[in-house]
Amino acid sequence: MSENLIEFNGISKFFGKVIALKDVTMKVKKGEIMCLLGDNGAGKSTLIKTLSGVHKPDEGEIIVEGQKIIFDSPKDALDIGIATVYQDLALVPLMSVTRNFFMGREPQKGIPFFKTFDIKKANEIAADRMGQIGIDVRDPSQAVGTMSGGERQCLAISRAIYFGAKVLILDEPTSALGVHQASVVLKYIVKAASQGLAVILITHNVHHAYPVGNSFTVLNRGKSLGTYSKKDLSREKLLSMMAGGEELDKLEVELKEMDRISKN
Amino acid sequence: MSEKSKSISAKKQSTNDERLKKVSNLKVLLNRPELGALGGSILVFIFFGIVAGDTGMFSAYGALNFLDVSANLGIIAIAAAMLMIGGEFDLSIGSMIGFAGICIAIPAIYWGWPLWMSILFAFAMAVLVGYFNGILVVRTGLPSFIVTLAMLFILRGATLAITRLITGRTQVPGLRVLIEDDPIAWLFATDTFKWLFTWLGSMKLIELRTDGTPLATGIPPSVIWFVALTIFATWILMKTRYGNWIFASGGDKVGATNVGVPVGRVKISLFIGTACAATLFACIQVLDAGSADTMRGTLKELEAIAAAVVGGCLLTGGYGSAIGAAFGALIFGTVSMGIFYTDVDTDWFKVFLGAMMLIAVVFNNYIRRKVTESK
Repeated sequence: MSENLIEFNGISKFFGKVIALKDVTMKVKKGEIMCLLGDNGAGKSTLIKTLSGVHKPDEGEIIVEGQKIIFDSPKDALDIGIATVYQDLALVPLMSVTRNFFMGREPQKGIPFFKTFDIKKANEIAADRMGQIGIDVRDPSQAVGTMSGGERQCLAISRAIYFGAKVLILDEPTSALGVHQASVVLKYIVKAASQGLAVILITHNVHHAYPVGNSFTVLNRGKSLGTYSKKDLSREKLLSMMAGGEELDKLEVELKEMDRISKN
Repeated sequence: MSEKSKSISAKKQSTNDERLKKVSNLKVLLNRPELGALGGSILVFIFFGIVAGDTGMFSAYGALNFLDVSANLGIIAIAAAMLMIGGEFDLSIGSMIGFAGICIAIPAIYWGWPLWMSILFAFAMAVLVGYFNGILVVRTGLPSFIVTLAMLFILRGATLAITRLITGRTQVPGLRVLIEDDPIAWLFATDTFKWLFTWLGSMKLIELRTDGTPLATGIPPSVIWFVALTIFATWILMKTRYGNWIFASGGDKVGATNVGVPVGRVKISLFIGTACAATLFACIQVLDAGSADTMRGTLKELEAIAAAVVGGCLLTGGYGSAIGAAFGALIFGTVSMGIFYTDVDTDWFKVFLGAMMLIAVVFNNYIRRKVTESK
């Protein structure tokens, strides 16, 4: 019916008197990366939680593959293939790569009541999946704590994809990473989208969003400033649309003024 | 510098990174949680081998003595370790031991229940207490330290009050005669491998009494339970889905919940586990002594936690092992009995216990930093 894998129509969310989100509409196609941008307090977190089933929207509807859907819990969202990778990544640093990869969904073998966690198979799958991203896990039983931030992010994304994600919501995947690590993660996100996933990438970093995104939605104080495709939007325009844009202009003017004064 | 040479240097760096990832077998071994306790056990045995080697401590009788003490502590230490890996404490273990003893003795002696029924009753009460501890911790989100500390007082007080109310005393003797024909009491009260000891005695390989029977008559039930529990707990932790959930629940509660681990249920089941282990401890001791005492098990919860910590469990959860806790218990049992065979005043035992625990915590902390260290 619709080529959009997931649509959000007029989503609003109120917390008492506070209007956290007002009338937010977005669409994401299969194989597309939509970047959701906004400054702190713009409502990004509330929107993610609404998309992933933590909050119920007070107004509006969520449509997945042409069907209207109401989530009662994050598990409902997960079951139809909307997976969210939060900033904390849901990884336990003290546990091994394999044990983290299959946490909560361990493959089992054996007879009933004596079923064991099929660690051999799990190790193979985990090492294979990480290998596909280009992370050579020599020993899948090594603790996740020994991995770099970028590798952990990739592990969390790769896990979501392995367990059948169709829509991948990524919360600030590059915020804590250095330049090199961030580019590794972004490359992987592009690869994931090219395999047919719809990706919603939440970030406040335009320089990370612009190169990989197909479309951009900017949130400001709970409202959407609209969705733009890449060809209609320059990087500069995107920058200035973010709440910080205007203020940065102001700051520039002020700095120039200070400079002028000090020269005199 | 040209773009090309930059990318080459970046590549070089990344191969260097990969080399760093190589982990030697020695380091893998060093990263195992039970290593400290294993090393500690070996040191303790070497020490007593030198100091008390010729005193009979390591005769069959002497060895069974310290193994029995270790095994009793080990039974609760393993359950405490599993709970600690799951990220919680149970300070009510000691009180539960006293309570369970009374739950066995009063129905059997005063209400005329068959012994097997009172034993099952005690285990049923343990499930209830464990469930109550667990549900309180999970539902309220309060630290288990506080919740089970309250339970420590409640259970000990209730044990004393109920016993005095029903019997007018604080001890309930007279159980020994009931063991004989009971269908399940032998599980907790029978020495095994008697034939082996009789044979060893007849070959004059072990010490004999004056009447010709061996001094050590068989392996006490605590040791069998201890070994079985160590194997069972290790199997659960390392080889099952539930084991992975225990590590996950203790390592990161929120993360584990987000990926679908039923953290609440896991924790409640582990609290039931510690209460049942306390009841098993009580069964063995009560049937061995033939009487229940309201003060039985006092301070055992701290010894169990100490053994688990020496065995490599982190106080913050998510890391540890059942084998480690077993070795931790072995160290304490060996030292507490071994000290009688030396010239050292037994008053020093607790000093040793505390020092051992301090060293273990410092060591574990270091290991944890090593394991979670990011490049």
